[in-house]
Amino acid sequence: MAEQSTKDLRPTVIADDLHIVYRVNGAKTGKGSATAALSRILKRGSDDAARGVRKVHAVRGVSFVAYRGEAIGLIGSNGSGKSTLLRAIAGLLPAEKGKVYTDGQPSLLGVNAALMNDLTGERNVILGGLAMGMSREQVKERYQDIVDFSGINEKGDFITLPMRTYSSGMAARLRFSIAAAKDHDVLMIDEALATGDRKFQKRSEERIRELRKEAGTVFLVSHNNKSIRDTCDRVLWLERGELRMDGPTEEVLKEYEKFTGK
Amino acid sequence: MSETTHDGGVAVTAAPSPDEGLTAAQLAAKYGLAVSGARPSLVEYVRQLWGRRHFILAFSQAKLTAQYSQAKLGQLWQVATPLLNAGVYYFIFGVILHASRGMSKDVYIPFLVTGVFVFTFTQSSVMTGVRAISGNLGLVRALHFPRAALPVSFSLQQLQQLLFSMIVLFVVAIGFGSYPSVSWLLIVPVLALQFLFNTGLALIVARMGAKTPDLAQLMPFILRTWMYTSGVMFSINTMMEGRSELAVRLLQVNPAAIFMDLMRFALIDGYGASNLPPHVWAIALFWAVVVFAGGFVYFWKAEERYGRG
Repeated sequence: MAEQSTKDLRPTVIADDLHIVYRVNGAKTGKGSATAALSRILKRGSDDAARGVRKVHAVRGVSFVAYRGEAIGLIGSNGSGKSTLLRAIAGLLPAEKGKVYTDGQPSLLGVNAALMNDLTGERNVILGGLAMGMSREQVKERYQDIVDFSGINEKGDFITLPMRTYSSGMAARLRFSIAAAKDHDVLMIDEALATGDRKFQKRSEERIRELRKEAGTVFLVSHNNKSIRDTCDRVLWLERGELRMDGPTEEVLKEYEKFTGK
Repeated sequence: MSETTHDGGVAVTAAPSPDEGLTAAQLAAKYGLAVSGARPSLVEYVRQLWGRRHFILAFSQAKLTAQYSQAKLGQLWQVATPLLNAGVYYFIFGVILHASRGMSKDVYIPFLVTGVFVFTFTQSSVMTGVRAISGNLGLVRALHFPRAALPVSFSLQQLQQLLFSMIVLFVVAIGFGSYPSVSWLLIVPVLALQFLFNTGLALIVARMGAKTPDLAQLMPFILRTWMYTSGVMFSINTMMEGRSELAVRLLQVNPAAIFMDLMRFALIDGYGASNLPPHVWAIALFWAVVVFAGGFVYFWKAEERYGRG
């Protein structure tokens, strides 16, 4: 891609020996019996393990520097810590050890959690826009674009119906349309490409390319090696929370495909 | 021990960048990068929260609407639920028990219904507050916003719920012979102070609930104890007749009792100032300001940790 040559090596994201640990309550034996819980309380004061708080070390000592204009793919098998790493970069998950430095506020593409199935599509567009930090005027301004982009109203007036009445494909399209309505400094996309039918997928890929141009740096998590090849010029390969490889897309993907036996 | 040799074995890429050799922190400082997810200053935090006011309001209204969206009568339940509540209390205490607790029936029924509604306002603010963070972890882990937006939004939802209940309360008051008067205007400052107090409380329990979700199980018992000692169904003055002045005053400065008494005083004709403790407005203001400010700072102190769950 042409924009690579003009890269002035301005860092936008720096991860420095980053560790993320999840704590899960009451998952010691798999049996959630009352006596187990009681003994857990009685053992209070001793360390976490004895109290049945299990630790999941999801990201282990990841370090990298991302520069302006880069599109970075994150690959790795399920549970390798890709999404966790994205959340940590966005500052949504506190780090156990290490630090992440960012230029501006990185944002995850996705508003699913802010939307409510019992509300109409219309109100969800507004709520989602506000949740992402858009002003009321911005939401009003982009409302029609969002609805048109989602194509929800192509088969009748669905936007005034509660979201629970939508088919899963329709709901996914609306969610993507809301999420993609905002421009971001550092944009992170978590497998968002694979939503909706073929026609919508094409449209959303195009929109992501647009967002990419506007954003300083893009992170893309995907299991689809083709979309990684299409959009990214650098790939980070995570396995068991560790950074296994970091390099140009082709190099890393070749090793990854060898590893996964494809 | 072998001496370390500086043979330059490290493979350096073609053009060494001027940033080579800098630590991550130095590199970040050089290009003005900030630590991701760091807690903003208190002033900055208030500014961010104010910037999200439209989201806070929209979120609270969305939650309110979503509650009854599957019901056939829909939003009519906003009024019907408190109306049925008041009906049950009237039936039990007014018709079956003929309870009066030292008051005439025309005072006691509105006294009771006001108490129940006002206490419910605080009670449900605390209950939703406990789960404000722990119940919305998905949202906290997906989007960026000052986390205080959640407990504040839930308190606001309860305030809107109470406004529907107030319609029923007006009907009950008029039905028992307390007609609208100038004193009804006092309802506005009472609600404002109680809302501040509730929000502060919600912020406090939200932080505690984020760390210890078990509090959601414990809270109903704490709240019920609080309710029974606050004089929802009886007048503290009448019940404590003959006890020491200090004991009565101690029960009366309880914030829940203060807000209930002020609301009754504003609304009910036969409930005069003699039922109120001295300096009642000052006490109400004290509770509202101290709990709100304290709760806000307490919540803000853990801002960067809420994503952990």
